[in-house]
Amino acid sequence: MAHSLHLTVDGQEHKLAVDPRTTLLDALRDRLGVMSAKKGCDHGQCGACTVLVDGRRLNSCLALALTHDGSEVTTSDGLAPAGELSTLHRTFLAQDAFQCGYCTPGQVCSAAGMLQEAAEDAPSVVTEDLEGPIELSDAEIRERMSGNLCRCGAYVNIVAAVSQAAEESR
Amino acid sequence: MSDLLPTTSIGTHQVRLDGPDKVRGRAPYAYEHPLDDPLYLYPLQAEIARGRAAHIDTSAAEAADGVVHVLTHTNAPDLEDTEDGELAILRSAEIGFRGQYLGAVIATTPEQARYAAGLVDIGYEQEEHDVELREDHPASREPESGSGDVFAGDFDAAFAEAAVSIDERYSTPMEHNNPMEPHTTVARWDGSELTLWTSTQGAHPARSTLAPILGLDPDRIRIISPHVGGGFGSKGVPHADMMLAALAAIAAPGRPVKYAVSRQQMFSITGYRAPTLQHIRLGARADGTLTAFAYDAVSLSSQTKEFPEEATKPGRMMYAGDNRRLTQRVVPLDVPVPSWMRAPGEAPGMVGLEIAMDELAVAAGLDPIELRVRNEPETDPDTGLPFNRRRLVDCLREGAKRFGWEERNPQPRTRRENGWLIGMGVAASTYPAGRQPGSVARIRRMPAGYEVAIGAADLGTGTWTALSQVAADALDVPIGQVELRIGDTALPNATVAGGSTGLVSWSAAVFAATEAFRAEHGTDPAVGAEAQGEAEANPAAEKFALHSFGAHFAEVRIHPATGEIRLGRMFGMFSAGRIVNPSTARSQFIGGMTMGVGMALHEKGELDPRFGHVVNHDLAEYHVPVNADIARIEAEWLDEEDPHAGPLGARGIGEIGIVGAAAAIANAAFNATGVRIRDLPIFGDAFLPT
Amino acid sequence: MRPFDYERATDTAGAVATLTERPDAVFLAGGTNLVDHLKLGVAEPRLVVDINRLDLTEIDELDDEGLRIGAMVRNSDAAADPRIRRRYPMLSRALLSGASGQLRNAATMGGNLLQRTRCVYFQDTSTPCNKREPDSGCSAIGGYTRYHAILGASPECVATHPSDMAVALAALDATVVVLGAAGERRIPVAELHRLPGDHPEQDTVLDHGDLITALELPPPRPGRSTYRKIRDRASYAFALVSVAATVDVDTSGPTPVIREAAIALGGIAHKPWRARAAEAVLRGAEPNEETFLAAADAELEAAEPLEGNRFKVPMTRGAIATVLSELTGTDEPETTTEDTHE
Repeated sequence: MAHSLHLTVDGQEHKLAVDPRTTLLDALRDRLGVMSAKKGCDHGQCGACTVLVDGRRLNSCLALALTHDGSEVTTSDGLAPAGELSTLHRTFLAQDAFQCGYCTPGQVCSAAGMLQEAAEDAPSVVTEDLEGPIELSDAEIRERMSGNLCRCGAYVNIVAAVSQAAEESR
Repeated sequence: MSDLLPTTSIGTHQVRLDGPDKVRGRAPYAYEHPLDDPLYLYPLQAEIARGRAAHIDTSAAEAADGVVHVLTHTNAPDLEDTEDGELAILRSAEIGFRGQYLGAVIATTPEQARYAAGLVDIGYEQEEHDVELREDHPASREPESGSGDVFAGDFDAAFAEAAVSIDERYSTPMEHNNPMEPHTTVARWDGSELTLWTSTQGAHPARSTLAPILGLDPDRIRIISPHVGGGFGSKGVPHADMMLAALAAIAAPGRPVKYAVSRQQMFSITGYRAPTLQHIRLGARADGTLTAFAYDAVSLSSQTKEFPEEATKPGRMMYAGDNRRLTQRVVPLDVPVPSWMRAPGEAPGMVGLEIAMDELAVAAGLDPIELRVRNEPETDPDTGLPFNRRRLVDCLREGAKRFGWEERNPQPRTRRENGWLIGMGVAASTYPAGRQPGSVARIRRMPAGYEVAIGAADLGTGTWTALSQVAADALDVPIGQVELRIGDTALPNATVAGGSTGLVSWSAAVFAATEAFRAEHGTDPAVGAEAQGEAEANPAAEKFALHSFGAHFAEVRIHPATGEIRLGRMFGMFSAGRIVNPSTARSQFIGGMTMGVGMALHEKGELDPRFGHVVNHDLAEYHVPVNADIARIEAEWLDEEDPHAGPLGARGIGEIGIVGAAAAIANAAFNATGVRIRDLPIFGDAFLPT
Repeated sequence: MRPFDYERATDTAGAVATLTERPDAVFLAGGTNLVDHLKLGVAEPRLVVDINRLDLTEIDELDDEGLRIGAMVRNSDAAADPRIRRRYPMLSRALLSGASGQLRNAATMGGNLLQRTRCVYFQDTSTPCNKREPDSGCSAIGGYTRYHAILGASPECVATHPSDMAVALAALDATVVVLGAAGERRIPVAELHRLPGDHPEQDTVLDHGDLITALELPPPRPGRSTYRKIRDRASYAFALVSVAATVDVDTSGPTPVIREAAIALGGIAHKPWRARAAEAVLRGAEPNEETFLAAADAELEAAEPLEGNRFKVPMTRGAIATVLSELTGTDEPETTTEDTHE
């Protein structure tokens, strides 16, 4: 039985009817044609599907679309107006922080979510002082970006791009 | 020797031209082209490794919501040519490996297709299977498509007389390419033409492979693949998934059929690196110079189609020594079909060989760099030809300097920091510098520059950008005046992006086309003027042994109580001729090295011999490195041009980064702990008492 | 994925009532495990009751300086909560050791406790598994067992519980608050999960329809504590072995003495493994390498490793000793050996 669903995706409102089995990722890709969120594993094991849901980074492949009825979803494509680039977009380009590009929108969304988390002083497992302010060292960035696999092996450049974006937005 | 092209754009940092679309997620990969009214495919796969699907009942699936068609061997469209065991799918009920396609369900939504596939009732007649690779397996034989054995001098006598020797066995496991974009094909058959939006490293080669099997004139197949989400060889040749989508489209004409292979399915369908067993014997004089060299390797292959993972390949040309023996065997078993994975042959071969060289250095009491220097051959031991320009020693020495090799204590288990044991290791790298003939480029004068069209591929390699740089310099215009078109069989023929031959082969076509264009239209052509040219074989390949070289340096740390092993840093120094785009080139070197870290520390397909399939078939259980595993990796290259590589002066760099990387890490682990690792991957278990 | 219907729960009692009536229904929280299983065919409900809008998202002070954490608090929010960071750093670290940043943003405290094993055969419906399908057989025995149990397993099942968080909760003596058809009850976390025995299909002592509504943490114990996870990757990987430990050392006398210790182990059993035998050795002993190794050995005496996971015994031993050394400031042990070939 189809259920109705409201989603705002990259600023655009959508109303659609979905099979309860439909994941948020499949709703984006197969129903709304929003292809910025990628399917790499479909099981929360690669991070390519990472989007921001109400500002937080999530794996859209492991969420039923209906759970997020009424939510605001932002993909990497929604991080800057058409024809422009966000800070992270620019630093990913400047540091050549990708090769094939398939994991990249997920990396960018993950980085955006992660920078926000760090700004709120959320610790990571490599944070020595759990109660202190967060200094975004390379080790911190690596750990916080580890939910996004990149098989082309752009990790060192991704760390540089995220670090540069963190500097610029300071 | 041909004249080198004067450069303006080549050699400069150029941000990826496809980059802005890729960071936003707007560049369309195979699944993502806007097409109306698609259908979705979910496959049926064998759950036994050998036998027959004696009975397939599709009635419940056919009755399920949304199902349009159920494809099996009983109703599959005819094939013209069934020689290729991997691609001639759905011909009979016979099963050659677990995971083999038995059919597919095509439905209106992906959820419906997947659910209905589970409703198909398949009854098996199971036969005993064998999936276990052993050195002494009775089915072991010479590969039909191999490079042949080498016997020179008298190995046995020389080995017996050697002052220093090692005699050890090494192994590399089943490894899976796992590009981030799963293999995807969207197929549409309109009754006369088949269109495939697919993820391939070679649109034209894929078409040439599929056309005779489907019995279609190549003109009736169009393959579109402007952006490819990684491949590392697994998208180099079409696998059964592309064929399944094509057959489904023919069976359900008129509507596009979308098939994205699931991550789990990839482990049995889209190729993998076959495991290898390597027996290496090295004999040397007291000064370390090799006198006896034996390399006997066995790799797993498939009964369904042969693929030899020739670990012996680099051993043929790497080091000097008169008495030689190299044999390569394959054992074809009831397993999925292996295929290309980044540096097939060289990557596993340089694991055994470069660990063995490290062992020989220990045995001879030599620095491992010095041992390699002493075994530099004057000419290629395999062909007898002179090398183009063999700069292995320069890479080793320059790399050692930049890495800080002099800080290494050759005595193992002597360096500790914060409770961890630290060690350093080195290994050499090599990869042949191939260039393929046959690519064609078409150049057309546009109002504001030139359109350059060629069916080339960009799977993350940087083709969109680097080939534009090449075309800009060939045409002597700024890069902004080049409009490149690639990834479509509607464009002129291009050879595969594989074997590190892509950019150099396509560039040769661009040079030929430029020459033809200038000859026909001069330097001030009219808008619309057009010419094309075809790449010829590299004439230098007849006279020289063409190879790239490199050196890897690694530092690892190992926790003495828990066995944990982590990469500290890694440095690669390469000799690869002219570098077209330093940004994208560095990314490729580093990317290869990062995959080498996976090969060293993480990756292993666990083939369960009882069931016959890889049981850790997803990205949670089959580990590839994550960001936190890659602390610091740097790559540099010798500033050079290859005079025998044609006007571009460059050699391909897609694979050399992985070759030798894992051995450097294994050698570093020995230096850290005194534990010699001969089997990959290196898990912490190796450092714990048993 | 079998078709199912979907309902959004609006109150806890209603949610419990719905599930109690429908044996074919399941609760959906963060989805990071259930949606995975729906796709794999491991879970085949007819009705999914989404509890994401239930008001179980607060972290409240208890009277005794303990905390009550709502079951729908996300793992990342719990890990970042200043009170948890200060009073229960071990729990913060355990939470942050699990999965990835984005998964922790979705995963809930209740759901994390109820996540199911990562045994590859359990997740693969083409192979027999007693946990997934009772009496079909255990494929792991004689198969791929790198991530499997060395303690407390049975001939029916050798799977491990994958949670990091639950290991810390077991060491902390936390309690789960459960709402069932018969009302609310409290279960110590250490008693929530079962050993497989003859019924590996039952992960926990909960009944169908039971809803975890909260976790309660007792007042923090004196002493130092941490969580250490040994895994094949540096991040985003399940534990081979993990250790949650709190140690309180009395330094008032001429030689230091361990006053109290609480240890739980992960990755090595069907449940978070409270290491009572090790704790008994530690209590009253001098904190030194000999004591730590003796404690580890006492716990591992009962270990029955499988062909593919023998390494876990020395790895667990080394991990326990290392953690205890770090917490008590003594020299770290060394248990590796040099290659006998050299």
